[in-house]
Amino acid sequence: MTQNWIEVGRTEDIPYLGSRVVKTGGTDIAVFKTSTGDIFALEDKCPHKQGPLSQGIVHGKSVSCPLHNWNISLESGEALAPDSGCAHLIPVQIKGGKIYLTLPAQSKATGTNG
Amino acid sequence: MKKKLVIIGNGMAGMRALEELLRIAPDEYDVTVFGAEPHVNYNRIMLSPVLAGEQKFDDIIINDKAWYDDNNITLFTGEKITSINRPNKTIISNKDRITPYDSLWIATGSDPFIIPVPGKNLEGVVTFRDIKDVDEMVEASKNYKNAVVIGGGLLGLEAAYGLKRNGMNVTVIHLADTLMERQLDEAAGYLLKSDLESRDIKILTEANTKELIGEDRVQAVRLADDTLIPADIVVMAVGIRPSIALAKEADLDCNRGIVVNDHLQTSDPDIFAVGECVEHREQIYGLVAPLYEMGRALAGFMAGHNTSYKGSVTSTKLKVTGVELFSAGDFSGGEGTEDIVLRDARRGVYKRLVIKDDRIIGAVLYGDVVDGPWYFQLLKDKDKIDDIRDHLIFGQSLAMGGASVDPLAAVTALPLEAEICGCNGITKGAIITGITENGLTSLDEVRAHTKASASCGSCTHLVEQVMELTLGDSYETPAATPICSCTDHTHDDVRRLILLNSLKEIPAVMQDLQWKTPNGCSKCRPALNYYLIAAWPGEYKDDYQSRYINERAHANIQKDGTYSVIPRMWGGLTNPKELRAIADVADKYNIPTVKVTGGQRIDLLGIKKEDLPGVWRDLNAAGMVSGHAYGKSLRTVKTCVGQEWCRFGTQMSLSMGIELEKMTWGSWTPHKFKMAVSGCPRNCAEATIKDFGVVAVDSGWELHVGGNGGMHVRACDLLCKVETDQEVKDYAAAFMQLYREEGHYLERTAPWVERVGLDSIKQRVVDDADNRRQLTERFHISQQTSQDDPWAERATHNVHAHEFKPLAEVG
Repeated sequence: MTQNWIEVGRTEDIPYLGSRVVKTGGTDIAVFKTSTGDIFALEDKCPHKQGPLSQGIVHGKSVSCPLHNWNISLESGEALAPDSGCAHLIPVQIKGGKIYLTLPAQSKATGTNG
Repeated sequence: MKKKLVIIGNGMAGMRALEELLRIAPDEYDVTVFGAEPHVNYNRIMLSPVLAGEQKFDDIIINDKAWYDDNNITLFTGEKITSINRPNKTIISNKDRITPYDSLWIATGSDPFIIPVPGKNLEGVVTFRDIKDVDEMVEASKNYKNAVVIGGGLLGLEAAYGLKRNGMNVTVIHLADTLMERQLDEAAGYLLKSDLESRDIKILTEANTKELIGEDRVQAVRLADDTLIPADIVVMAVGIRPSIALAKEADLDCNRGIVVNDHLQTSDPDIFAVGECVEHREQIYGLVAPLYEMGRALAGFMAGHNTSYKGSVTSTKLKVTGVELFSAGDFSGGEGTEDIVLRDARRGVYKRLVIKDDRIIGAVLYGDVVDGPWYFQLLKDKDKIDDIRDHLIFGQSLAMGGASVDPLAAVTALPLEAEICGCNGITKGAIITGITENGLTSLDEVRAHTKASASCGSCTHLVEQVMELTLGDSYETPAATPICSCTDHTHDDVRRLILLNSLKEIPAVMQDLQWKTPNGCSKCRPALNYYLIAAWPGEYKDDYQSRYINERAHANIQKDGTYSVIPRMWGGLTNPKELRAIADVADKYNIPTVKVTGGQRIDLLGIKKEDLPGVWRDLNAAGMVSGHAYGKSLRTVKTCVGQEWCRFGTQMSLSMGIELEKMTWGSWTPHKFKMAVSGCPRNCAEATIKDFGVVAVDSGWELHVGGNGGMHVRACDLLCKVETDQEVKDYAAAFMQLYREEGHYLERTAPWVERVGLDSIKQRVVDDADNRRQLTERFHISQQTSQDDPWAERATHNVHAHEFKPLAEVG
């Protein structure tokens, strides 16, 4: 399967230790920027109770969900111990300061929760 | 009949020796004490924290009047002894009081050395020796801007630091090329200089003062190279000289100090001398630990034991918090000495041990002083170190072979004779004995009984570790709960260090306080952000990304990711125009739920994030601002209609509520802060379960604090009763400010009041009118920059526009 990279914006559009949302037909995608400028993307949905991770506090390479403070790894999408669960990781490419994502197939297809 | 003991000098050395004597021979002497200063006995080494504003004079009193009374000590303060009549065995005071003695102690201490330059008598030229000097410096900082400290030794640097903390421009003039050259070598002196310069203190080394310039008051300092430095206050801290005039005049043997033998006896066997005025084996001492060692020897001898004083080896620490510095022994180098040096430039660490004949003879540590006591012990015991030499510089845990995972390992390894408290010369063994013999369980008790960590407090942590070691699991180090796993520091430590070290950004706090994570976590970052807001009002730039989402979006996130919005209604009062605007907004943005809240406001629930700026714009247009229902901040002031309408009302509670809300809205607090005003004791506004509740009575208002209606219901404590409306507002501001300055982040007033105690709060808000005024003032200063409506900033001025817009829409 060839990956379909979609440009969603520039790295400077996202604040350091912050996040922006990419609206899709289905589940939104949260795009994060760490203090070192690394960009990560996850489905904007905490594995716990579907809280919008894009609204959380970013620290190191993880984000704390705003609803119940689960910590989710930005690198893997995995919840950090003692919690367990996984937010869907979205592949990211940076080229010339532009951010490219590949969308999960389901969210494009159906527009319902993927 | 009891023998008469008379003591000249009511300072630390004399009184410490007397305490010791009373302990071992309580009934042997009739004691009379003369002090030239008009105070009871206080802890002179703590003048620096008083100057820095961290402690008050009351905090540093060692023995209050009651102590003298309880021990039947006759005390004359403000009375100077002018001569000693040795043939008659009497002393004469400046009030012509003649007092006979059997034994006489001279504990006159030392005098600051005034450099003999033109202008030294100008107004504004002070020394740093007693509380009067501190008062003068604090006073000067209120009216003037520029301070110059002459002398870059221990005392001078502490003075400079204190003046800086009082907001002055500070320049230190130092004759030598290295700061504290008697305690530090060049490398450590350099690190210290950089550290102080980064705290915005100017340091001029190799600078020689030529004259002080001014008409009545000093205006500038001229250096030998004709440099002019503006100065509204000049602190001379170049050194001290033993105060020996009285002894000299009485023909006692004096050299640089009053010459004493190992029993602290002068050339007259009935006269003893103790403290800084003493010269013992050709040494004079200006630090506190030797004075205490002398005191013990003197007391023992006077009680009939054959104790003697053999001289002291001293170590030094600087009381500038955040500067970690330790020095002991001889580090001048020279024939037959070797150095072991470790540097870590990035951490600002420098360690140097001077070795001679396989023994440590000197140590200078900068930046990492944990092993200071261990090196000092090796030095004092003259232990051979050849076996552990390879690892010596890395500290005790590594050198002694144990990978120190156990935090108590270092303390466990110390021998019983190891000195824990340098100020008071208290050993590990003495602390353990004190704990086991007296059944001590708290730090305060240990301080009271053993004096360990009771002076400068820098060994508190070690003392607690000894307690933990002795008491096992039954003792929990109370201060040891860190904010989160990113740090070992407690909330209180962090708040204190932010102020002390002038830390003004989150990265600076994390760097300075050695955070263990690169940028904290969701627990510590919001706490630090709040502490910085509270510490530096108007100056600190809010770190938006360290705010919880509700405070970033200025609305409350709901479980489905939508938001709720509550506009402010002052005192719960609204009108048709506001209600129409709310109704229109609800229609326009399809807001599904409109509800009245517990705090008498209207809540609009289910708003999409991107609609928030529009909702706010429409509410702003009707004159409404953010209700801060989402913040750790002033929430609402709930009211009843009071005397305005109610037939039972005794005061105008509605307008009082409005005024309180207008005064306090926008202020950030450690946790949410709720108020209420009831117009009569029927208390319809439920004011007695609020953080600050006001209940009207016939003669005025009752003020209640620390209530909570949440998970753990807690009725308020009565703070006090006041008469006027203005008082209500002043006390509210003062109470809120105290909470803002002292509360731990996410600690409501209820647990805070229980933690610090209602009495302590009453004392500072009610009893101490001056303190209340200062708190109120600080509250209002902070409010000057906190009452911009965050909604308007976002709705019409595009602040943080990215927050409310998606990055992209695809698919």
